[in-house]
Amino acid sequence: MDKQRRTFLKLAGATALAGLSAPVVVNLNATPAMASAAAAGHGEEKRQGMRLGLLIDMRKLYGRTDLLDKATEACHRVHNVPKIEGKKSEIKWIWKTAYANAFIDQSVNHASKTTRESEFLVLCNHCDEPPCVRVCPTKATFVEKKTGIVAMDYHRCIGCRFCMMGCPYGARSFNWMDPQPLLKSVNPDFPARMRGVVEKCNFCGERLALGKEPACVEAVKEVGAIIFGDLNDPNSEISKVLDREHTIQRNAALGTKPSVFYIV
Amino acid sequence: MYNKGTIIPGLVIFVLLVTFPIWFNAFSTASTVPKIELPPGGEKECVASATEMRAKHMVLLNEWRDDVLRSGNKTAVTVGGKEYRRGLQTACMQCHTNKDKFCDSCHTYTSVNVYCWDCHLTPDVAAAKKEKH
Repeated sequence: MDKQRRTFLKLAGATALAGLSAPVVVNLNATPAMASAAAAGHGEEKRQGMRLGLLIDMRKLYGRTDLLDKATEACHRVHNVPKIEGKKSEIKWIWKTAYANAFIDQSVNHASKTTRESEFLVLCNHCDEPPCVRVCPTKATFVEKKTGIVAMDYHRCIGCRFCMMGCPYGARSFNWMDPQPLLKSVNPDFPARMRGVVEKCNFCGERLALGKEPACVEAVKEVGAIIFGDLNDPNSEISKVLDREHTIQRNAALGTKPSVFYIV
Repeated sequence: MYNKGTIIPGLVIFVLLVTFPIWFNAFSTASTVPKIELPPGGEKECVASATEMRAKHMVLLNEWRDDVLRSGNKTAVTVGGKEYRRGLQTACMQCHTNKDKFCDSCHTYTSVNVYCWDCHLTPDVAAAKKEKH
């Protein structure tokens, strides 16, 4: 009788141990996947291949509001963007704004006079981790794999405006009214949009296909304030300037990995 | 045959009534198959044959759209030595400059409501508002 009880207790103990250790084994197997996800660190580039980016040298644009306006005007002209007054209804692909609005997380007390008084050129950042793409329910906005451009397919946009909520840079505008009658002049090679869709900068994908530079780059060519190129190509002009100069990005801490860089 | 005088005219009237839609249409102009206008510029070649275009132009437009926009293949196609920048405004409407007499004539006839022109500029709008350089 005694012996039987002893065998039983031994068996019970062994079973309990096996049961306790089993989930540990499973957990250990599960960890590598999580570890590799964490290894892709902050600011690391995720995508391989071409990733187009823009570098705005603000030093060449301080006090040149005319050039900022010229860039906006050039962009809006080639993309048939109407001029609508009012913060709510306005459509903007590239525009000027104060430092505190452009670089919310980097505005400080006692900023320099230039910083305080200048306006900065801002546009869609064509992020490597675009929140707008993540939230779009119809995949109307997507990353163009060949170039890294965050592009839009207006045929698919249902106007839900999730992307406008998702974008931390305010780079998206909603068409509250039919934009076509509001256009004073048009570029016959490019379509307009319709009422009820969101629109934004497309890094001039249609111009790049024709071998032209983006319209904003061309507009400020006289001072060479904007450099456009492939961030993943170490020999591109933009990569070389990025290697040499200290640049900042808008709200980099959000982890969106913007492709637009600034020298301020 | 009994009542020949009533039955024969009656049959004739019956046949005429039953075939009314057929012979009425032969003389009426209420509904005519639309004649689309060929390119005013005199172009004879398109990216595909006329029969193919008639049957499948909507499929082709969708394919172009997906390839150019979504896949990012913004290359032109060359057909018969002529280069076409794939797109409604950049290819089709370059030759077919009259939307009313080309697109609309058939679409209205067949009651097809396309939404192309919600965004795309018609040649009329493009010409009227074309920027002056």
